[in-house]
Amino acid sequence: MKSAVIVFPGSNCDRDLAVALEQVSGTKTAMVWHRDTELPEGIDLVAIPGGFSYGDYLRSGAMAANSPIMRSIKEAADRGVSVLGVCNGFQILTEAGLLPGALMRNAELNFVCRDAPLKVENSQSAFTSRYAAGEEIAIPVAHHDGNYTADEETLDRLEGEGRIVFRYRAPVNGSARDIAGIINDKGNVLGMMPHPERVVEAAHGSTDGRRLFEGLLDALG
Amino acid sequence: MKARVYVTLKNGVLDPQGKAIHHALQGLGFQGINDVRAGKLIELDVAKGVSDSDIEDMCRKLLANTVIENFRIEREAAA
Repeated sequence: MKSAVIVFPGSNCDRDLAVALEQVSGTKTAMVWHRDTELPEGIDLVAIPGGFSYGDYLRSGAMAANSPIMRSIKEAADRGVSVLGVCNGFQILTEAGLLPGALMRNAELNFVCRDAPLKVENSQSAFTSRYAAGEEIAIPVAHHDGNYTADEETLDRLEGEGRIVFRYRAPVNGSARDIAGIINDKGNVLGMMPHPERVVEAAHGSTDGRRLFEGLLDALG
Repeated sequence: MKARVYVTLKNGVLDPQGKAIHHALQGLGFQGINDVRAGKLIELDVAKGVSDSDIEDMCRKLLANTVIENFRIEREAAA
């Protein structure tokens, strides 16, 4: 599995994400600066990390979504390359139009930083094949803008097509239908607010996030 | 030449910030506020040749997220 982590000014989970990918895959992850215009040759997975790209100016993810590297990421996603966006990465993917909807300020206006109990709704995706459908896991969240919003028609479509991959088991941030993570129609782009890279080894207190990366390794080799 | 872009949340999109401002105003004892919606004002200083449709393009590509926001452009009459 050849992976790359995109680094924006203000990213702060980029190294954690790279460590998780390298631990699971046993191969080096490329760190790609947002001003680069090309992804490494033969890339299998693009990971967009959490953080506060461009200080969340204008809207979370809005500036990063227009970075030079995004054109290559869109082309790669069209070719079927897997794309994982965590937290700010999810915000960037919606702003870039790779995923539907938008992430607004949390309903209670608070920054939420805690373990979030989740339900794995879809275990058929490359990202979730190591989980069982309906399985309950806990993955930490740390965000101010995680309140997923889309029109009813979009929400119904996501629901009907099994594209709501992770759901909060109790409201966390006001997200419509308690959405914590969704995939695109082709199933190769996942955006999620919880941070799986923060729970990959016993020393983290949980390994609930590790299987996401292992599933990707299964799928991408 | 100045152009003002007003970015507001679409009707029906819940506005947590507007709601908090509403509560704070009520807390200060202000009466008769039915609702509060918070938005953004972005001021652009543009060259004469920049058309309204150029600015609309800017709004759609960056200044507003049209999934949740509307925008309105006001241009200052030339001096």
